[in-house]
Amino acid sequence: MEKEKNIVLSMRHIYKNFPGVVALSDVDFTLRSGEIHALMGENGAGKSTLIKVLTGVEEFETGEVRTDGKADLVISRSPQEAQKHGISTVYQEVNLCPNLSVAENIFIGREPMKFGRINWKAMNVKAKELLDSLNIEIDVTRALENYSVAIQQMVAIARAVDISAKVLILDEPTSSLDESEIRKLFGVMKKLKERGTGIVFVTHFLEQVYEVCDRITVLRNGRLVGEYEVDNLPRVQLVAKMMGKEFDDLASIKKSCSNQAENVETEKVIDARGLGHTGTIKPFDLAVHKGEVIGLSGLLGSGRSELAKVIYGADKADAGSVYMKGKKLVLKAPIDAMKVGMAFCPENRKEEGIIADLSVRENMILALQAKRGMFHLINKKEQEELTDRYIDILQVKTASRETPIKQLSGGNQQKVILGRWLMTNPEFLILDEPTRGIDVGTKTEIQKLVVKLASEGMSVMFISSEIEEMLRTVNRMAILRDGRKVGELVEEELSQDNIMNAIAGGGEVE
Amino acid sequence: MNRKKIKHITKYRLFWPIVCLILVLLFNLIKTPTFFKVSINSNGVLYGYIIDIINRSSELIILAVGMTLCVASSAGTDISVGATMAVAGAVCCSILGSGEAYNAPYFVGILGALLVAVLCGAWNGFLVAKLKIQPMVATLILFTAGRGIAQLITGGNILYIKVDNFKYLGSTLPHVPVPTPIFVAIGVVILTYLLLKKTALNMYIQSVGINSKASRLLGLNSTLIIFLTYMFCGLCAGIAGVIATSRIYSIDANNVGLNLELDAILAVALGGNSLGGGKFSLAGSVIGAITIQALSTSLYAMGVSADQLPVYKAVVVILIVTLQSPEFKKFVNHQKQKRVEKIGEKVA
Repeated sequence: MEKEKNIVLSMRHIYKNFPGVVALSDVDFTLRSGEIHALMGENGAGKSTLIKVLTGVEEFETGEVRTDGKADLVISRSPQEAQKHGISTVYQEVNLCPNLSVAENIFIGREPMKFGRINWKAMNVKAKELLDSLNIEIDVTRALENYSVAIQQMVAIARAVDISAKVLILDEPTSSLDESEIRKLFGVMKKLKERGTGIVFVTHFLEQVYEVCDRITVLRNGRLVGEYEVDNLPRVQLVAKMMGKEFDDLASIKKSCSNQAENVETEKVIDARGLGHTGTIKPFDLAVHKGEVIGLSGLLGSGRSELAKVIYGADKADAGSVYMKGKKLVLKAPIDAMKVGMAFCPENRKEEGIIADLSVRENMILALQAKRGMFHLINKKEQEELTDRYIDILQVKTASRETPIKQLSGGNQQKVILGRWLMTNPEFLILDEPTRGIDVGTKTEIQKLVVKLASEGMSVMFISSEIEEMLRTVNRMAILRDGRKVGELVEEELSQDNIMNAIAGGGEVE
Repeated sequence: MNRKKIKHITKYRLFWPIVCLILVLLFNLIKTPTFFKVSINSNGVLYGYIIDIINRSSELIILAVGMTLCVASSAGTDISVGATMAVAGAVCCSILGSGEAYNAPYFVGILGALLVAVLCGAWNGFLVAKLKIQPMVATLILFTAGRGIAQLITGGNILYIKVDNFKYLGSTLPHVPVPTPIFVAIGVVILTYLLLKKTALNMYIQSVGINSKASRLLGLNSTLIIFLTYMFCGLCAGIAGVIATSRIYSIDANNVGLNLELDAILAVALGGNSLGGGKFSLAGSVIGAITIQALSTSLYAMGVSADQLPVYKAVVVILIVTLQSPEFKKFVNHQKQKRVEKIGEKVA
């Protein structure tokens, strides 16, 4: 294996410890030029750590990293050093300057100079050429913020490969892209592959792995499970390897889902009439019954999250009204919605969900504390008991309840946020992309939880870009397109084809 | 085992601020052997460098307490506290008047001063929290206008208070050997601490400071919380202003609390608090304030003139800030590791 010729990156026997946790233990990873290599594993499997170690964000304890099949070891103490060794990373959150132009973003720090000044013309031309070569046709002189996340990401990729094109790491690049944007990204990836770049692709989407990848490396609990050729590893086996057990959870959810349908009572917990918010969501009617899971489906930017935010009072409605169990609500801020029993788990976990520096306990207790009011401090003992209970119920993996939440993996952070809301004992729970960027195992856990909560009488609004996941959990689905609610699908109409048609606008569904 | 313990202590938040304070004091002890000597003077009042430091740092401590909360909630600083002190002092003196007897009861003067100071804070809070103006720009308004307002109140004169008991707040009460400002400072710190610990305010302020968007979604009123911290900062500035006025039993609108806002910000930073908002330590800021005053007092004790003081102070501050910087700590850790590795090699 060591003798293989076109190896651009080889990591051998990597060990890394975090206080109290072994993050990586004897992990090997090999990347060849011109391949797309998926790095798979559940939350806490060590994917992120491996990448951080590789890119110099974290230092590893022991192990060897070599590039280009050379004998000498490569040590990167910072992402800059890693870049010098030919290793570039594009993260899920695009780390560029939104207010600078596309061209500036690509060449920042290494601008083409002329007579001691920046040669803007050359810079723009070069940027244009670079992007054209990747089939991205945009105006490079416009500010980056004018473009969608997908384009921003591709600009980041263009920048990365222009600096050094040997190893490109894509960390969850597709999680906030819609279908057509993903196609475009895959196009770019394939182009780079042809040029001989080795791409490490971290993702949670199995379909995508099977669509573009050549090889898969699976990690579990900080250890290497193995490296496989995509063609030789059926999906079911991949999932089994990631989870360390056979994967039969899907079927069981569906079963309980059909039971739950009968439990739907007629009482309307939430009834929105003509509710709207100028600029984000046009007036809509929507009712949610007790014990029901309602799904919101639509493309990115179709107004899914916006609809939820208006009901929750995060965006103040400027048309229509919301009734809860027949009573008209006045919602000036989220706290008003919380007080009548709503809860909202936002889409953007990092920016709108977690309070990064605070502990798991504080993150969990905050919503309940806010509901009770400033002068009714929940005493320490009660806080600890509540936290421990929800850590246990939701199986949160954390060193202790006082660990800052930022040290947890994405899935566990999400569980903490879920715990935060379950603590407030809501009647109506809004989950906006609760499984985004989360491993398959935790995903199933959350889906199961949703079904269970509904069967206990909670009403849930479930928003997800993954139709499959919605089909598994919801009773009814509202379809959105371009900021407008265009229809609803119930029970027997719920199928992938119907939903796709409705989203695409093949015909109005009523 | 022992090494582990030491490691544990160095990780403690207040470790470095305390080390810095001790270093400053130690240096003094070497330079001025009588530094820690405390004696009772002819008026029956405790006397000595160390008492002087704590006494003189009272205003700074009070300001630093208010500043800490502003920084924590809004990741910004209130640079108007010095001017607010002048406004408060001016209000107090103009209510009391410079006659042989007060125009109004003493406490009315103080109350009036505090009320106006709270109004100043509320104004800052309104600009920062409601209009979302950058804190430094928002408080720049009062920073520049505050002393002018104070001048307007006093009619451009330096008002002297002739009634004797006006001095009590800034010096000592009869038959009490400890200067009054020390009591006030301790009182402010303890009350603030209790306010934070007995209500959820502590958690709220940190939450808003770390992520105000998320805080809003989980039911906190970020605007109100930031507003409150600025109002509280104003109150602290008012208290400090009244003390400073009492110390010199007059109001000099141009000089009361001059440049003190910068010392207050520095105190927060020296206390190991991030000026980026979020988690904070009140005790750290108090230690920071005492460190700054200890520095000034010791430099005076060594015969540095008031004009040159800022230069020496700057040098020491650079040292302290470097000592506490994460990069420096990283460097030290790296050196330590290297040494351990070397020893390991030798053993092998």
